[in-house]
Amino acid sequence: MNFLINYEEATSMVLFAIGFTMLVFSKNIMKKILGLNIMDTGVYLFLASMGYIESKLTPIVPANGEVNVSDYINPIPAGLVLTGIVVSVSFSALMLALTVRLYKKYRTLNLDEIYEKCSTEDEYE
Amino acid sequence: MEFIKNFPFITIVLSLFCAVICYAFKDKKARFVSYFLLVLSGALSASVLAYNLFSETGYFAYRMGHYDAPIGNEISAGILEPFFALLFETVMFLSLVGGANRILKDVDKSKHRFFYIMINLTHAALMSLCYTNDIYTAYVFIEICTIASCALLMASKKDRSLVAATRYTIFSLIGSSLVLIGIVLLYSVTGHLLFPQIFEAIQTLWATGEYTAPLTIALGLIISGLAIKSGMFPFHWWMPDTYGTATPSASGILSGVVSKGYIFLLLKMIYRVIGINVYMESGINNILLVCGILGMVAGSVSAIRTNKITFMTAYSSAAQIGYIYMGIGLGTKAALLASLFQIVAHALTKPMLFLSAGGLSDTVGGKQDFDSLRSSAHYNKSAGIAFAAGSLSMVGIPIFAGFIPKMLFAISAFGHGWQTYIVLLALAISTILNVIYFLRTLINIYSPAIVDLERKKITLGTVKAFSVIVLVMAAVNIAVGLHSQPIISLFEKGIEIFMNIR
Repeated sequence: MNFLINYEEATSMVLFAIGFTMLVFSKNIMKKILGLNIMDTGVYLFLASMGYIESKLTPIVPANGEVNVSDYINPIPAGLVLTGIVVSVSFSALMLALTVRLYKKYRTLNLDEIYEKCSTEDEYE
Repeated sequence: MEFIKNFPFITIVLSLFCAVICYAFKDKKARFVSYFLLVLSGALSASVLAYNLFSETGYFAYRMGHYDAPIGNEISAGILEPFFALLFETVMFLSLVGGANRILKDVDKSKHRFFYIMINLTHAALMSLCYTNDIYTAYVFIEICTIASCALLMASKKDRSLVAATRYTIFSLIGSSLVLIGIVLLYSVTGHLLFPQIFEAIQTLWATGEYTAPLTIALGLIISGLAIKSGMFPFHWWMPDTYGTATPSASGILSGVVSKGYIFLLLKMIYRVIGINVYMESGINNILLVCGILGMVAGSVSAIRTNKITFMTAYSSAAQIGYIYMGIGLGTKAALLASLFQIVAHALTKPMLFLSAGGLSDTVGGKQDFDSLRSSAHYNKSAGIAFAAGSLSMVGIPIFAGFIPKMLFAISAFGHGWQTYIVLLALAISTILNVIYFLRTLINIYSPAIVDLERKKITLGTVKAFSVIVLVMAAVNIAVGLHSQPIISLFEKGIEIFMNIR
């Protein structure tokens, strides 16, 4: 029954597993990039759910400056999620740029076909 | 003298700053900015090392921003951190200067400055991996290092480099995603991001027996992620394409420095975050030991089977990294010392081998197969000498740097029960295999030619920088091999601080 109580964590692990499987086993390079993003989203959900504490406030200091730490949710995971998003966007951009160049050269997105075409080119000889 | 404590931070920020300003410069200036950065950073790292050697504790933690631990971010330096920072900078500088001619040839002219921007980013990331005391900062800089390394690989004009970059990127992504989920799990269990606080929390939890399963899983994920990224067996299949298609400077930096950056971070994770007791009790050390030994043999067998010089050198990297993991798997201080020395020996030797292999293949119009390369050492004498020195070092001939770690591994193997026999046997088999492929290549490049090819004589005068650098690398290799004791003493002192002071 822990899965029902910790449903956010369970969902995030399922997302991570789906994304990881796509990244490792999919032959299509676009699907690999999608897998990467799904996997990262799973991790961010896990982080965000850890920082959230029910019935607590957003961690912004009120105008009167009175702060009671126990009134707020944990702000650190949110910072980590933002950093992580920047990283995964950069990686997606790099992979997409690589995909464009690969497609221009080999006219396919299937990695097996690309490896096959590449190994038949006798570049080194 | 307190000002020296700012140097690690300055090194990282300076690299990031240089990466930005390189964009505004033309190719030649961008190149000199990178050289200047590496020399200056090397001087800063040497100062930090000297400061810690003569200071009372030999260690300091530097607060980043306005908040103390456990809220704020930190970087820390003992003796090993600045030593490896200095080693990485030296090797990067030598690889870049030695391979500058090939960079001009292999990298598209419009991309030269981007190549140097990526060098600066790789440097920033490696320095952060050496100095950081925060687990999430480590993850971010792992990713920066990966992106910069992929870009270094993609810069080559060869079409095959795209495929190699794709393979490398996918393997790296799998590795970093495992590290990320491991770090998140660790944070969820311990509630901290700084190394000393996580260490304390893990020790308490492990002693009470709470969260043993999540901790073991997190530990396994982080270690396997970093192992994939550094090319441990059975995840070494990206190596030949990656190192074989990049320009020799990039190959040297990727194999000699970047993979070692990940391994150094892994050592920090094991000794400073997880704790050696937890690591040994979890049983993961035995997996690393077995994978390391299998890598030593499998890498060498693949190197024997290939017929291209760069692929052979790349597969040899897989074998040499196997040695490092074997030491990490044994888990004792003596084995750690041997692994650290192996990192030094390999970082000094492998870029020299890649540069000299590039120099040899230049004599026969870029061909890399052994038949074409016969007699090439006579046409490029400095490359031949450097390749010979590198090969003998990799085999483990005394007076070369590669001999010392092999001896240290053999000494550290005793007193371990079943591991002793396996390690000694693996060392013997691996050395014989190394002899087969390195000496075969060496004999080949000095033997009379059998293929009729147009050959280009490369004299010392035509490629001065290359010749000087590869010969300097060979001399450094021999110097380290002959005078290993000061480095061993430094490591012994460094290991004490690394394991005990937080």
